[in-house]
Amino acid sequence: MSTAETLTAQGYIQHHLTNLTLGVHPEHGLGFAHNAQGAAEMGFWAINVDTMFFSILLGWLFVRFFRGVAEQATAGIPGPAQNFAEWIVEFIDENVRGSFTGKNPLVAPLALTIFVWVFMMNLMDLIPVDLLPWLFGQSMAIFGADPHHVFLRVVPTTDPNTTFALALVVFGMVLYYSFKMKGVFGFLGELSLQPFGVWGMPANLILEGISLLSKPVSLALRLFGNMYAGEMIFILIALMFGGGWALGLTAGALQFVWAVFHILIITLQAFIFMVLTVVYLDMAHQTHH
Amino acid sequence: MNFNLTLIGQMISFGVFVWFTMTYVWTPIVKALSDRKAKIAEGLAAAERGHQEKSLGEQRAQEVLNTAKAQATEILSQAQKRAGEIVEESKVDARSEGQRLIAAAQAEIERETNRAREELREKVATLAVAAAEKILKKEIDVRAHQSLVDDFARQI
Repeated sequence: MSTAETLTAQGYIQHHLTNLTLGVHPEHGLGFAHNAQGAAEMGFWAINVDTMFFSILLGWLFVRFFRGVAEQATAGIPGPAQNFAEWIVEFIDENVRGSFTGKNPLVAPLALTIFVWVFMMNLMDLIPVDLLPWLFGQSMAIFGADPHHVFLRVVPTTDPNTTFALALVVFGMVLYYSFKMKGVFGFLGELSLQPFGVWGMPANLILEGISLLSKPVSLALRLFGNMYAGEMIFILIALMFGGGWALGLTAGALQFVWAVFHILIITLQAFIFMVLTVVYLDMAHQTHH
Repeated sequence: MNFNLTLIGQMISFGVFVWFTMTYVWTPIVKALSDRKAKIAEGLAAAERGHQEKSLGEQRAQEVLNTAKAQATEILSQAQKRAGEIVEESKVDARSEGQRLIAAAQAEIERETNRAREELREKVATLAVAAAEKILKKEIDVRAHQSLVDDFARQI
């Protein structure tokens, strides 16, 4: 929404959907992208500073809290922090026990990390959409930046980079454990000999290949899509605040209702991501003949 | 949707967080949980044991109390019996002692009486002699006075 772009709804939405991207622009050199197009022109070797900052900050808070509890964990009477951490740990442990039949010490901590970290990143969606970007813009203006060109997306899970990164790590683990547990031939056999037997090998490969590849894609896109859509609705509601007091009041009510509903969505998405990860890893561990 | 280095960065940070959670977070918390589970089970078992021991102790105490009561009753009855015996014995003793005293007293009285009688007899004899002397000084009529002297002596 610079001097060139007037304060349009489209500009406002565009502004909210642009990451703070640091990279080397082919024309402007090293620096932050001035708009979405500029960010795209930077190609792969650019980094979304806002996504990285918030996800690492939230992840750090997560491990900081749980590490603090773990350091003072006592089998005696737990304090409130330990109580809370134990509640989450037991919840995760129960779920992992329910859906993971193999033995792998990695799965439960992985599930805990996914659930809490994704939940915290999703939780950023409940902060009023304009608050942090506005504060950031104003503070950057002190250093002489044009606040209209300072972007900030506070919800890391609305950045496909985050969700695909998570899904790809999970997919890597699925491949690793598939090979490790079933053996190379066992895994390849599973891909090529089901469901139609030896003579249907090409069809088997296509079917199983699609089903394998769809795992990370569906994981990543489900989380990204839900969070992106949720954020978009917050942005659209926020647009209504500019339309007079009647519309503003409606927007306030709508925002409240959507936020309450969104609490369910963010928890559910974190939970689904965790459960599916555990289920995929369980499938990777199964050796049936 | 433009993918860039953030993808790699997020993969690395995800991996680091998972590693950290697995190494430093999960194990101690789960260990604390299972330790507490064991502790609670132990405590419950101890409580159960204590309960049993308590009822056992109560039973034992009741037994001890019963024997003590029985013993006390026995001792009491023995004591009563003994007391009766003692009373009986002392009664017998007292009676025999009394009889002995009575006998002694009677013997004493007898002796005293005899002694007094002897004395009297001696005095009477003297008196009789004196009287006889006096009578003899006047006139002695043995025949006339024999019955008188005899009478006198008999009166003693």
